[in-house]
Amino acid sequence: MAVLLLVEHDGAAVRDATLPAVTAAAKLGEVHALVAGSNVGSVGSEAAKIAGVAKVLVADAAHLDHDLAENVAPVAARLMEGYDAFVAPATTFGKNIAPRVAALIDVMQVGDIISVEDANTFTRPIYAGNAIATVRSNDAKKVITVRGTAFEKASREGGSASVESIDAGADAGNARFVGIEASKSDRPELTSAKVIVSGGRAFGSSDQFHSLLDPLADKLGAAVGASRAAVDAGYAPNDYQVGQTGKIVAPEVYVAIGISGAIQHLAGMKDSKTIVAINKDEEAPIFQVADIGLVGDLFKIVPELTEKL
Amino acid sequence: MKVLVAVKRVIDFNVKPRVKMDGSGVDLANVKMSMNPFDEIAVEEAIRLKEKGVATEIVAVSIGPAKAQETLRTALAMGADRAILVQTDEEVEPLAVAKILARIANEEQPQLFILGKQAIDDDNNATGQMLAALLGWPQGTFASKVEVGDGKTTVTREVDGGLETEALDLPAVVTTDLRLNEPRYASLPNIMKAKSKPLATRTPEELGVDTARRLETLKVAEPPKRQAGEKVGSVDELVSKLKALGVA
Repeated sequence: MAVLLLVEHDGAAVRDATLPAVTAAAKLGEVHALVAGSNVGSVGSEAAKIAGVAKVLVADAAHLDHDLAENVAPVAARLMEGYDAFVAPATTFGKNIAPRVAALIDVMQVGDIISVEDANTFTRPIYAGNAIATVRSNDAKKVITVRGTAFEKASREGGSASVESIDAGADAGNARFVGIEASKSDRPELTSAKVIVSGGRAFGSSDQFHSLLDPLADKLGAAVGASRAAVDAGYAPNDYQVGQTGKIVAPEVYVAIGISGAIQHLAGMKDSKTIVAINKDEEAPIFQVADIGLVGDLFKIVPELTEKL
Repeated sequence: MKVLVAVKRVIDFNVKPRVKMDGSGVDLANVKMSMNPFDEIAVEEAIRLKEKGVATEIVAVSIGPAKAQETLRTALAMGADRAILVQTDEEVEPLAVAKILARIANEEQPQLFILGKQAIDDDNNATGQMLAALLGWPQGTFASKVEVGDGKTTVTREVDGGLETEALDLPAVVTTDLRLNEPRYASLPNIMKAKSKPLATRTPEELGVDTARRLETLKVAEPPKRQAGEKVGSVDELVSKLKALGVA
């Protein structure tokens, strides 16, 4: 089986999100990596080194900058004439583009897979992770997005794929990138962090959220996450959100502070290796999934914890 | 301009889904059903565009069993002008839903088609993108802000790296994220008024769309359960536990 893998990158480097997708793709067959972008030669060379990638296809043109689905999807759809499967990470990048590719080639996407059972059969969470469906695709070609936390990351070293330039297609001309307001942080990325400290609405304000959580995260070398309630209340930016509709994370240690544990939040973090919960309500559902719980007032506990670590 | 919104009848947001004993699916018998929360946001956004004088007519579309009429009546009570139910008792996958919606779009010629970014039952997050592909329209997915003017819509999108803004030519597809707006509750008078708003019923066959499933669900199982661990009594104990885990 020949597999076309869509590489997620930031214009200069391959993003970590690509690596578990390579692992999943390799379970299906020989992996060819598609790098679409503008001035992405260095990304192509980087992708060629990923273990498990047999060939890199680079589509380089100004209209492929900023991952516009309107321009990237047709490039992938055209290539799919020569492939049996299309694989992308189940990130906002992959979720934006993969269904568009699927519809262009008349395939029903299998989204957010957490295992490859065989060439046609996959498992995926449904109902916010309250159920796991085993699905068999009867389409001749597959279009798949991969949940990053469910597969090991492929190594960034060890591959020596050939790199080929391909036709970058035309500008659809109906969509234009205007800008991005990126949250700046020196901390690890949420989806690849080993430790995450996450805060909920109990923090009461943006100031308290950051003045309490940031020093703790710094002590632990952790990324900072948030519940939907905390993001809705404006305590943290949208890209901090962990949950069914935010980011799916599975760090070594997830510290949930002032988070009650709604099913939509648990959907995003319950595969963490160890869950620590700090909450003043001892009946909070978060304690039903936590390995270590501490009942008490976060405004007292968090500063004390930060000091004692 | 005309705005179309797609709404899906799903298990209520607050109900904990239970997997059937025979592994055939999730038990929906006698379970409270509601409009998919992301679709409520889509309906609300369309109404706000009408209140701003940008939209002139809002048509809500649903695909599902006869009971999906209730979901459409909710959309009408919130403020949609009329509704179309594409009635089928089969479970329809996003690709076929997108094909049906594309046919409706060709008939109705809207300038904007707003959908929820995902349904909270199958969590696919695919229909809007597929619809945009089939129509050849641009797509503004995971929107947290939508502005319309000069033949364009400017959409702010919640992406993994922050907030991205794109300008799309109309007609366009927009899919909603959580923070786009807070949907209103329908008032009692509006619920009464909604009963007399037009609701047309169509079928996938009449629209020429094959809804045969491409994905076969072989099994639905409960996820592995986590066991509650232990509670510690003090910060000192927590610190020593964290140290034992090697993170401190």
